[in-house]
Amino acid sequence: MRFVVRRLGFYLVAFWVSVTLNFLLPRFMPGDPVSRMLSQSQGRMTPEQVDQMRVLFGLDQRPVWQQYLGYWHSVFTGDMGVSISRFPTPVTEVIASQIGWTVLLGGTALLIAVVIGNALGILAAWRRGGVLDSVLPPVLVFVGSFPYFWLAMGALYLFGVTLGWFPLRHAFTAGLTPSGSPVFLSDVAAHLVLPAATIVLVSIGGWMLGMRNTMIATNSEDYIVMAEAKGLRPARIMLRYAARNATLPAVTSFGMAIGFVVGGALLTEVVFAYPGVGYQLLGAVSALDYPLMQGIFLTITAAVLVANFLVDIVYVRLDPRVRVS
Amino acid sequence: MSTHPSRDDAPVLEVTDLSVEYHGEHRTVRAVDRVSFTIGRGEIFGLAGESGCGKSTAANAVMRLLREPAAITGGTIRFQGRDVLALDAEELRTLRWREVAMVFQSAMSSLNPVMTVGDQIVDIFTTHERLRKSVARERAAELLELVRIDPGRLRSYPHQLSGGMRQRVVIAMAVALRPQLLIMDEPTTALDVVVQQEIMAQIAELQRSLGFSVLFITHDMSLMIELSHRMAVMYAGRFVETAPARDLFAHPRHPYTRALINAFPPLSGPNTPLVGLREGVRFTDIPDLREEAPGHWVAPVPVGTVIDGGRA
Amino acid sequence: MSATDPTEVPLLVATDHRGTLSGPTAPAAPDLLPRRRARQGLVHSLVANRKALTGMILLALFVVVALLAPLLAPGDPSTITSLGAQPPSAQHLLGTTPKGQDVLALTMWGARSSLLVGFVVGLAATAIGLLVGLSSAYFGGRADNALSLLTNVFLLIPGLPLLVILAAFLPTGMVTVILVLTFTGWAGSARVLRSQALSIRGKDFVAAAIVTGERPAWIMFREILPNMASIVMITLIGSVIFGIGAQAGLEFLGLGDVSVVSWGTNLYWASNDGALMSGTWWAFVPSGAAIAFVAFALALINYGVDEVTNPRLRATRRTTSARRRALRPATHPEVNR
Repeated sequence: MRFVVRRLGFYLVAFWVSVTLNFLLPRFMPGDPVSRMLSQSQGRMTPEQVDQMRVLFGLDQRPVWQQYLGYWHSVFTGDMGVSISRFPTPVTEVIASQIGWTVLLGGTALLIAVVIGNALGILAAWRRGGVLDSVLPPVLVFVGSFPYFWLAMGALYLFGVTLGWFPLRHAFTAGLTPSGSPVFLSDVAAHLVLPAATIVLVSIGGWMLGMRNTMIATNSEDYIVMAEAKGLRPARIMLRYAARNATLPAVTSFGMAIGFVVGGALLTEVVFAYPGVGYQLLGAVSALDYPLMQGIFLTITAAVLVANFLVDIVYVRLDPRVRVS
Repeated sequence: MSTHPSRDDAPVLEVTDLSVEYHGEHRTVRAVDRVSFTIGRGEIFGLAGESGCGKSTAANAVMRLLREPAAITGGTIRFQGRDVLALDAEELRTLRWREVAMVFQSAMSSLNPVMTVGDQIVDIFTTHERLRKSVARERAAELLELVRIDPGRLRSYPHQLSGGMRQRVVIAMAVALRPQLLIMDEPTTALDVVVQQEIMAQIAELQRSLGFSVLFITHDMSLMIELSHRMAVMYAGRFVETAPARDLFAHPRHPYTRALINAFPPLSGPNTPLVGLREGVRFTDIPDLREEAPGHWVAPVPVGTVIDGGRA
Repeated sequence: MSATDPTEVPLLVATDHRGTLSGPTAPAAPDLLPRRRARQGLVHSLVANRKALTGMILLALFVVVALLAPLLAPGDPSTITSLGAQPPSAQHLLGTTPKGQDVLALTMWGARSSLLVGFVVGLAATAIGLLVGLSSAYFGGRADNALSLLTNVFLLIPGLPLLVILAAFLPTGMVTVILVLTFTGWAGSARVLRSQALSIRGKDFVAAAIVTGERPAWIMFREILPNMASIVMITLIGSVIFGIGAQAGLEFLGLGDVSVVSWGTNLYWASNDGALMSGTWWAFVPSGAAIAFVAFALALINYGVDEVTNPRLRATRRTTSARRRALRPATHPEVNR
């Protein structure tokens, strides 16, 4: 329990740092990008909205500490301003309408990569020098060297444009109404294949090698020798003794990897015009839509922090040594 | 041990000319070099020597637990007449623990940290005796009682037990299938002296009641002489002396044995400075053992070797 | 010597290749002196390691191309030399972009900016990581708690969104890209270096140096640092890989200086000009492949370093044995990824 509380405190600190960073950036950056953005879009905004933006970016003349408190207030009330690129939709609404697709894409890809990558790592370490152990790691390291978005471009070009096996863009065919019907779901799945596959392909090597190396370290532990001496069956030693222990560091790096996968998912979305927050981020960047950029940053950070906290709770279930304290 | 077991029946373990080599990047190191010994039924055979002399390697070789880069490069190991080195993986797996069990140096690290000790004991019964989980659990409880641990502890994880309790659990596991031979590799070195005494007493008691043979490894000469029937002194991968324990203690013949015995201060009597080997004394090319007295085998020391102890 | 001492090695009788006994070696001396000799061997062993050598040759190739781009490349990359979207031909070996620029020239010139940014970011991030990691390990206590907290927070905040808001608020340009990537990339190095420094901090020779009254800076940089050469190299290379990849990502999103030629901006323009949909694959393949090959070359060097210094990972011969405990934790390749 103390472990969980300590971790929770840590995540709160991380969240505080992110919010503060978000608060400071528009106020202390050289040049004045914010007023440039405001002057650009003032024609479309009502005076109240302009005032609200001024407050959000610290262009009002209140002392900084008041601004800071006010900023926290708007974070908690979910008031992140109005999106410039999707004017006049509030930022929170823009994000809410798209975060689901990012979660779907990132979650699917992460799950597949983690399960397959770790399974491969376990097998490779168990059969040292075998085919799996000697062929796959270099291949996956090579594949993993490609930028996410470039592999996405290649996949889109090859399987989408040239071969026409998969749809080219978006999360579902235009004209379909989102519903739980099999037609819609299979359409969504077809749109998911290419973007998810590129993320899996790039990230799976890291999982496999990480697991393999941890397994190799675990295999020289005394309790593995003891398990062998006990005459247990190899499969049992591999899974219940070696892999079970090697999973613990993998769970820890899982939390860390969520952030990386989110980054990869964002870039992949851009290539496939997949309607998640990453694709929205591109639009925000080109339109100097600072409120949306900041909103996306905060939302993703918060999501990653929550995900990490959930991972910690799983870790506590898995490691009896932190469970009791 | 006061009574020496009868020696009429065939030995439980027969090791002949065993050699183990570590293949390194640039050189090959022979950690065990043409070592031979037998252990009779119910006999406690001690193997003494300093850290790194190859005694643990020899013990692991008996159960074929060595891994790359260590490999058995010569000799034979016969267990109750069966050639251990000729067994296939499945035969080896069934021999392990059922016939030969082992207590490892550190109980902390030889128990799986994420499994309850109960599950780790149950594993033995479900694998070797194909018992149902519930039956195996009862047997596990009985085992813990045998080493005087509350059966409620079955649900504990290793880190929740004290060092002494963990080693007791490991010992209980070792005798779970009533093996013929128990290898004990420095079973008490990680423990404090009081707990050490308790554990050794427990092992002696179990040995008396269950009658298994023991290959006992330690660098603690006094402990070994107290417990073993017969013992060997190992140095740099070779045996330098083999004899009945008391005989060896009373009349050590090899200078290295003398040095090892002298390295432990007597518990009573006046303080005397410890006498060890002279600085820089090394024995190389140790010859094969010769029987210098009945049952007392010694490696001859070349004439002219300066070995008398310098003052520490 | 206690039985659980990791320096206990069950080797005493050494035989040379002819098999003659050379006698027992002296008992292991306590670890009092930095292992200087092992370090000199590192470069040597790296050249002997097949993976590392392949990586170094590949990397050298790209560095040479980058340095000699003005001589090697067919003309100025930014000039429009022909019709747009021409497939590879004798005149344009890698074809032309939809705008009509020579792709080979763009790729060669792009190496300059990409490698420069990658290596500067790598060096800067490793330097900060080293400073934070060493002070954290050396001073311990509150300093360690504070620095570790900072490191972990930075590791946790998702990198790409942070990069985006930082780059968006700063004036565009290469300096911004370098600053932003360093700001987001140092934490991974710091964490790895701290844990390594921490284990060396516990060694006897460091204690000896403290007792003799050496200054903290001296101990950190002259006693501890030389003993982590290989891990510093591994994190440095990891940071360079991160730098090159993240720069490309930033520029692909249009957050770099789009007028500078780099692999990232090449991909940005390829994507913006619709190279994908119009089927001009040659406009985006070379730059991406170049990034991948450089990253792969660096990764190969890293695996080489890891294999040389961590024999347990070697495929053919390992020194895993029942009695030998791990001397250091396995380094994870996902660092900085």
